[in-house]
Amino acid sequence: MFRGFLTAAFSLFVFTANAEAFCGFYVSQADADLFNNASKVAIARKGDRTVVTMANDYSGELSEFAIVIPVPVVLTKDQVHVTTPDGLNALDAFSAPRLVEYHDDNPCEPRIEYEMNSFGGLGDEIIVTAARRAQPAAMGVTIEEQFAVGEYDILILSALESDGLLNWLNQEGYKLPKGAKRILGSYIKQDMKFFVAKVNLEKKAASESEYLSPIAIAYEDEDFMLPIRLGTLNADGSQDLIVFALTSEGRVETKNYQTRKIPTNTEVPLHLKEREGAFGDFYKAVFERAVKKAGGSGVFMEYFFDIGSCDPCSAPPPTMGQMLELGVWWSDGDDSFTADELSFETLVDGMDIEDMREEMDEPFWGDTFLTRLHVRYDAKSFPADLTFQETGDDDEYFQGRYVVNIPWRGEDRCEAADAYKKDVIKRQRTEIANVARLTGWKQSEIETLARTNGDIPFTLTPKPTPPGQPEPISEERKLYEQTIWWRGLFPPEIIEQQP
Amino acid sequence: MSRAVPLPLSVFRKIDGDARHWQIIALSGLFSMAWLSSDFGTKPLNLALAFSGAMLAQCLGTLWVNRDKLEAGKRLAGFQWKSALITAFGVSILLRAADPWIWFAAGLIGIGLKFGVRVNKKHIFNPACIGIVAMMFLVGKDAWVSPGQWGQTPLVAGYALALAALTLSSAKRLDIALGFIGTFAGILIVRSMWLGDPLAIPLHTLSSGALLIFTFFMITDPRSTPDSRAGRIVFAMCVAALTAWFVIGPNQRGAPLMALAALAWLTPALDRLLPAKRFEWTPDKISSPKITQELETPDVQGIPDRGIQPVRVHG
Repeated sequence: MFRGFLTAAFSLFVFTANAEAFCGFYVSQADADLFNNASKVAIARKGDRTVVTMANDYSGELSEFAIVIPVPVVLTKDQVHVTTPDGLNALDAFSAPRLVEYHDDNPCEPRIEYEMNSFGGLGDEIIVTAARRAQPAAMGVTIEEQFAVGEYDILILSALESDGLLNWLNQEGYKLPKGAKRILGSYIKQDMKFFVAKVNLEKKAASESEYLSPIAIAYEDEDFMLPIRLGTLNADGSQDLIVFALTSEGRVETKNYQTRKIPTNTEVPLHLKEREGAFGDFYKAVFERAVKKAGGSGVFMEYFFDIGSCDPCSAPPPTMGQMLELGVWWSDGDDSFTADELSFETLVDGMDIEDMREEMDEPFWGDTFLTRLHVRYDAKSFPADLTFQETGDDDEYFQGRYVVNIPWRGEDRCEAADAYKKDVIKRQRTEIANVARLTGWKQSEIETLARTNGDIPFTLTPKPTPPGQPEPISEERKLYEQTIWWRGLFPPEIIEQQP
Repeated sequence: MSRAVPLPLSVFRKIDGDARHWQIIALSGLFSMAWLSSDFGTKPLNLALAFSGAMLAQCLGTLWVNRDKLEAGKRLAGFQWKSALITAFGVSILLRAADPWIWFAAGLIGIGLKFGVRVNKKHIFNPACIGIVAMMFLVGKDAWVSPGQWGQTPLVAGYALALAALTLSSAKRLDIALGFIGTFAGILIVRSMWLGDPLAIPLHTLSSGALLIFTFFMITDPRSTPDSRAGRIVFAMCVAALTAWFVIGPNQRGAPLMALAALAWLTPALDRLLPAKRFEWTPDKISSPKITQELETPDVQGIPDRGIQPVRVHG
């Protein structure tokens, strides 16, 4: 008997006996481990054509890795593709909840300035473990397809009944969580097939890459859905899934579960920007509170809009090549070719499509919509698989956006400055109350943090840098203050500041 | 204290004088839930737009069917603004759209087809249903139904409210509501047993606000459903079966609405096969001709349907 677990990415099989081991191993941005064990899935869909890209972030023994995913049709080798995490990471960063900052004017010398600060993506890991495969096949299981793609060995199985499939998987060394049989049986009766992938250790060693490549599958099916039922077998209870839906017409919502909006457009205190990690902690608390209010689980929209624009952009949009790689075959990104055209050309001319895509590094400004749904699910509240529908809503820009106001501080004194000071103090109270309301944190604790950060009590004189705190004034700002002597004469321009 | 009793009673009688009053009360409650309990809910503007469209069609339709009377210089009777309001509620609660005019058009088309498509002096489409279905066909993805956007608490309250309104308004509608929801639930439950799924899955499918509105305020419309009880139950079961197939099979959007619209032709067919018997009015309601006539939603021409002939006898 092989030791090992079978768990799965986004929905599939999950067995998190050693889930803790997966925390902290992450390939994306530094802030990305906010939601441990979250899976990332991109679904590009137009008509019945669907491309699903799943990110696995697995840190256990590669020999024990496997995923099992119910799929609607038998997939052949050319419908399965191994990709880099770049596209998913780009989507994540582009759509992540963000902190925006506004600078107050000098009350004695009014003018307008605008600066933007972005925040990195949210975390996401996928947990997957499994075991070796043995030889014999059990009754009623058909290996429809068997092939290798990238570092994976892939089987597409169909089965007549769940006992046979379960026995076969057990014989092959896959240990299934309790309750899997019933769900497998249901999928079998609905004529679903099973996509089983495990790592080919030799190929993996040759690839020299630290992460397991995301797997993309392309198929046509009338159902716009993600199977999550197997995922709910996780002993841990609730899990996080971030869905990036890429569509051509408009916003995507869950059809069989209520979609909620994450609280947004709220003014928050300055220390959320100035204290390292504070914004990440804040957003995590906002999400947890929203989940709690929704009864412990739910579907939350964190971003929606045409990738053709963003205001402010938290990160550059994905590149043309990344979008094609994620399966956006219908759009040409306002430039060059659609994937459809490319595919046709490459098929006809025998060119290497992947090489071409790698060269396509211009930003994607096509008419494609991105809906980011953050799903917190468990077996009790999410008995059925997620089904989605694309709506015609195409103009309601939505983002998780939190605003810090940078108060003006300086030497000028006038009547307006006194009034301004009072306004800032009032605003600070509101900002603290906002955080308390959104996170459930105690108002007094938030106030203490603001005090430690030197924001309370508010004075017009520039605040000293607290010891051990990051420099609150940016280099660009200093440069601006020191060298641009005409700043008081001409209306200033919008300055974009990178984090 | 003794004088306080008649007032609520008289208010009750006044409300009870027209079945649509109960519907309007229940629908305003459900509208508020759909508006306030969801991040993607409806808005009062949508209701206003749908009502404007429905009223415009109602006015034009009333003028058109009364054109002979108008020429003769007679007074018009039976302007049904309450029906327009009910249609507007149904449209604005269920329909989501990318542009405001779509609600207006749905109300307009819904009521318009009430006048335009009639068999035996009876319209065959439920106005709100056909208005929404027409817009889904005309503008594609720009019009949609969001079945999952109701929370659990509003749903329970909604069911209670709907059931109460229906029971109060007229028992004859309960057969079709129960026939539909019972058959639909039965199919889903039997299928889930066959699949080996937990009961939670069919129950989850049933807990949809859109299904609630449909069951209690659309398919129960006495004006566009068969006259006989047997006919109504057959009709309800057919719509339920088609809805279930739409949900399980081709993943049809707006499944119950599409099913009802697709099977609208069954009503005249069933009326022919199973002619209406006398309605089972409770004696006290029959004794009040005015009330009964309004309960039956008189035809725009003021000529009652076959179904309310007993009323004329008493009137």
